[in-house]
Amino acid sequence: MPVLRWIRRNLIVIAGLLTLAYMILPNIVVMVFSFNKPNGRFNYSWQRFSLDAWKDPCGVADMCGSLSLSLQIAVWATVGATVLGTMISFALVRYRFRARGAINSLIFLPMAMPEVVMAASLLTLFLNMGAQLGFWTVLIAHIMFCLSFVVTAVKARVMSMDPRLEEAARDLYAGPVQTFLRVTLPIAAPGIAAGALLAFALSFDDFIITNFNAGSTVTFPMFVWGSAQRGTPVQINVIGTAMFIIAVMVVVVGQLIANRRKNSAR
Amino acid sequence: MTVTKEAPPAPVTAELVLRKPSTRKRLVPYWLLLPGILWLLVFFALPLVYQASTSVQTGSLEKGFEVTWHFQTYWDALTDYYPQFVRSLLYAGTATILCLLLGYPLAYLIAFKAGRWRNVVLVLVIAPFFTSFLIRTLAWKTILADGGAVVDVLNTLHVLDVTSWLGWTESNRVLATPMAVVCGLTYNFLPFMILPLYTSLERIDGRLHEAAGDLYATPATTFRKVTFPLSMPGVVSGTLLTFIPASGDYVNAELLGSTDTKMVGSVIQTQFLRVLDYPTAAALSFILMAVVLIMVTVYIRRSGTEDLV
Repeated sequence: MPVLRWIRRNLIVIAGLLTLAYMILPNIVVMVFSFNKPNGRFNYSWQRFSLDAWKDPCGVADMCGSLSLSLQIAVWATVGATVLGTMISFALVRYRFRARGAINSLIFLPMAMPEVVMAASLLTLFLNMGAQLGFWTVLIAHIMFCLSFVVTAVKARVMSMDPRLEEAARDLYAGPVQTFLRVTLPIAAPGIAAGALLAFALSFDDFIITNFNAGSTVTFPMFVWGSAQRGTPVQINVIGTAMFIIAVMVVVVGQLIANRRKNSAR
Repeated sequence: MTVTKEAPPAPVTAELVLRKPSTRKRLVPYWLLLPGILWLLVFFALPLVYQASTSVQTGSLEKGFEVTWHFQTYWDALTDYYPQFVRSLLYAGTATILCLLLGYPLAYLIAFKAGRWRNVVLVLVIAPFFTSFLIRTLAWKTILADGGAVVDVLNTLHVLDVTSWLGWTESNRVLATPMAVVCGLTYNFLPFMILPLYTSLERIDGRLHEAAGDLYATPATTFRKVTFPLSMPGVVSGTLLTFIPASGDYVNAELLGSTDTKMVGSVIQTQFLRVLDYPTAAALSFILMAVVLIMVTVYIRRSGTEDLV
C-alpha cells in the first residue's frame, strides 16, 4: 500500500498541519461570519451574505468607544511596562548585588499564578484603599502583569550581548551616555521590541484582570464578553478579522524589512 | 603620530573608578530596580497580603468586615466548592496533555521540516493571538453548534456514542458539555505550548539525528532517546504555561460550557463581583494558588529542571 506508506513516512507533517488547521479554524469562522446577516441578536448561525457590517464597523453603540479605550490602555501599559521592565533586566544581567534571587522570584511569580488570583487580590487592595475603579486601576494592573513578560524578553537579549562591544566603545572614548545610546540600546532593541509587542498584545486582550478591576469602565474584551450574553453584533467579527489582517501585515512587512537589511548588509 | 601625544588620560581615571567604586556607582543597580520592583511590591505582593487578611475576616457588606481569624471559611469553601476545584484541575490537566500531544508535531514540523516555510508557519501560529481570544472562543460556539458539521461528522463516526458513555458529551451535542470546555481550553492555550517546544527543539543540533541514524537507531528510537529528552526544557515550560492559566480560567467554561461545567475561577468571580462575599472568595483563590504552586513545585522537582525557574 503506497498510500499508507506515504502517510506513515509523513506522519509528523500531517499531524502538525492538522494542529495548524485546528488553530486557524476559528479565525476563518470569524472572517466568514463577518459577512453574515444574522437573524436575531446572535451571530452564531449562517443566514445570508451581506457587507453591512463592513460598511459600518462602528454602527454598534459603545463598541468603538471600548476599542479606543483598550488601545489607549494598551499603549500606556506597554510604555510603562517596557520602561520599568528594561531597567530591571539591565540591573539583573549587568550587576551583581544582594537580593538578586529574591527579585528573580518576585518577577517570576506573577507569571506562575492563575490570573484570577491576581485579579481578585488586586481588587481587595483597591477596595481597601477606597480607590475609584476605572481607567487608572486597569492601567496599574496591566503594567503589573506585563512587567514580568517584558523582563523575561529583554533579559534573554541582554544576556546574549557581548560586553566587550561596550568596552570597545569606551576604549574609543565614548562617554557612558554615548555608549548606552549608540551601542547598548541598538543591540538590545530587538529584545525590547519583542517585550513591548508582547505587553501590547497581553494588555489589549486581557479580560480576567480587567473584569475585576475596571468597575463600570468597559474595555473591548469586556464589551465582547457582555455581548456574548446580550447579543453579538456582526461588527465584532469585522474588528476581529481586521485585527488578524493587520497583525499578519505587520509581521510580513517586518520580515521584508529584516530581509532587506540582511541583504544590504552583505 | 600626534594622536599619542594628545591622548587624554581617560583610561587612568577609568581604572581608578574600577578599583575604588564610588557609592554613587554601587547604587546604580538599585536605582534601576527601584521603580519596577516597587510597582510589583505594591500591586502584586501587597494585594496578596490584603487578600490573606480578607480570607480570615468575617462580617457582611452592610456591617463591615473584621479580622477574626475565622479559618472555618477555608474549610467551608473547600467543602462547598470541591467539585469545581476537582473539575478545574481535571480540565486544565486534560487540556495540557492534549496541548502537548497536538503541539509537539507542529513544533517539530516548524523546527525540522518546514524549511523555507518556517516563518510562514510561525506567523500562522502567532497571528491568531491578535484576534481577541474572546472572539475566537465565541467562534467555537458556531463550530460546535448542535446539528453543525462537526457534530454531524462525530455522530456519523459514532464518536459521540463513546464520549457520551464516558460522560464527556450529552446525547448528540457537544456544546455545553465538558468536551466543549476542554476543546476551548486546549485551543486557547496551544500557542503557549508550541512556542517553548519550538525554541527547545530548534536548539537541537541536527547532526545528532544523523549520528543516531548512523548507529542504527530507528526514527522512533531516535525520537525516544535523543529528540524528546533534549526537548524536556520546552516540555516543562510549555506544560506550566498551559496548566497554570488554564486552571484559573473561567472564560471557556462560561462561554462553551453549562452550569455543570463551572470551574473554580467562575466561583471566585461570582463570589467577588456578584455575591460580594469577600472572605469566601479570598479563601477560594488562596486555596487555588496554593494547590497550583504545590503542584508546580512537585512537577519541577520531578522533571529535574530546577534551573528553569
